[in-house]
Amino acid sequence: MKQEGNEKALLLGLARNDRKAVESIYKDNYNMVQSLVINNNGSTDDAKDIFQEAMIVLYEKARSGTFELNCQIKTYVYSVCRRLWLKRLHQTNRYLEVGDMETVVPVDEDLEDHAKKNTEFEMMDNAIGILGEPCKSLLEAFYLEKKNMQEIAFSFGYTNAENAKNQKYKCLMRLKKIFFTHYKNGNSDE
Amino acid sequence: MNDKNDIMMLDAVERYIRGEMNPDERLHFENLRKTNGEIDQLVVEHTLFLQQINQFGERKNFKSELHDVHTELAQQGKIHSDKLTGKAKVVYLWKRYRRVTAIAASIAGVTAIGITTLVNSLAPHPKDPKVQELVHEVTVMKQVQKNLDQKINTKADKDNQQVFTMPVRFNGTGFLINTSGLMITNAHVVKNSKNIYVQNNKGDQFRAIVLRLDPTKDVAIIKIDDDRFKSFSSLPYGIRKTSSDIAESVFTLGYPRSQIVYGEGYLSAPTGFEGDTLSYQISVDAYPGNSGGPVFNKNGEVIGILSTKETHTERSVFAVQSKYIYRVIDELRKNKLWENVRISSKSTMNDLDKVQQVKKIQDCVFMVKGD
Repeated sequence: MKQEGNEKALLLGLARNDRKAVESIYKDNYNMVQSLVINNNGSTDDAKDIFQEAMIVLYEKARSGTFELNCQIKTYVYSVCRRLWLKRLHQTNRYLEVGDMETVVPVDEDLEDHAKKNTEFEMMDNAIGILGEPCKSLLEAFYLEKKNMQEIAFSFGYTNAENAKNQKYKCLMRLKKIFFTHYKNGNSDE
Repeated sequence: MNDKNDIMMLDAVERYIRGEMNPDERLHFENLRKTNGEIDQLVVEHTLFLQQINQFGERKNFKSELHDVHTELAQQGKIHSDKLTGKAKVVYLWKRYRRVTAIAASIAGVTAIGITTLVNSLAPHPKDPKVQELVHEVTVMKQVQKNLDQKINTKADKDNQQVFTMPVRFNGTGFLINTSGLMITNAHVVKNSKNIYVQNNKGDQFRAIVLRLDPTKDVAIIKIDDDRFKSFSSLPYGIRKTSSDIAESVFTLGYPRSQIVYGEGYLSAPTGFEGDTLSYQISVDAYPGNSGGPVFNKNGEVIGILSTKETHTERSVFAVQSKYIYRVIDELRKNKLWENVRISSKSTMNDLDKVQQVKKIQDCVFMVKGD
């Protein structure tokens, strides 16, 4: 009972991006995943990749607010990693039976969601990459680092916030255009 | 005019979505939205966009946090990862190879193998392929510490003198701007790096952190954050506040290879590539790895930061003007933690010849390495 409450607190912490919670989940699960990957034809680098991917799945689920975990975090992480690793092995034509050391829960649906988000992440990453400077830094400062226009005008050397705003508008229009072109194409391809 | 309306409209849409409107404004906007399909469409589209870019930002942050957590837990030994980096790896390897190292040192008096670098194609300038950033991209770096035997005998610093391998991706140069470890380098040298190390001309390595990154000016302030670093009593050079004249003779110090390298030339134009007023054009030999290094005039004042080079022309190099160092420091000072940072424009080397100047300066110029 106590453990259940503890796990809930960890997930809430994770959703808030609380460093302690992230560390705690990381510490409690990483070694298990590393054994899984290494015992099944992978390297420590693979283990890190796979594990961090699973952490992102968990993080985004926790943040969505609608997330109810019906099993232990450990079981969930293991299940996701196992699935991801099997997929990776499959892609590289390395077929293997992953012998299970832990309980497994179904995660296919979650991973489909996750794959979609991965695609979207890459689309945005590419779109921002195509933009070039100074647009890239300008928009990142505003939308990602959440700086206000005053600060941005200052640190980018615009004479006033109004000029920075105009530049931001132009950059934003370009970014949206690039992003939505890919976004719409991406979605109709399916 | 139309443009201006569009800008205002998008601004309003953004504030509406973010819930930054006051109730009256909000009501008004909602009415507008009901009656105008185009605006409604814009709201829907922009909501989706903001959602996407927020998710993107969150995930990006989280990814880098995971990376940090991994490194930290590995260093603390809380997870079993053989991918230790930085100090932990050095310590680990030292413990593991201590005896081997000592024996090897006593038998062979180990000579430097130096740095085996694989210089890849150079990172192109983000804006223009005609200009290349002078940063060294290194795939694998192996270094066996020079004069290992000597260091062991003198029982100098314990942690950093040993055999180590570290995944280094970028090399550049940086230089001190105050006595307590504040340094300047190019933004493009450190912008993609998680862990940053600086190494002096004796081979001592220190951990450093980025305090401020200004990609438009291509200037970064980093700080040595390592207990083993001992503050200097003073710096021999100052940073020039005003512009320099063309035809002035200049010299550079940097790390295109593992040893510090001197270069000599002159200031050839008051602006940089295609009239860029942030920079000077300088005629001097520069190579990848020189990025971020100081450019001095004959009085031993820093007049610029070496940053890029015209791709197909030899000796045509651009340097960020030193007055922008003051601008970036001003920005840094807005942060309470750093509001007392001061840098000096006074050089104490006016009367010295070059050899003496360089002797004094070289301890303040570091190789900057990032992974």
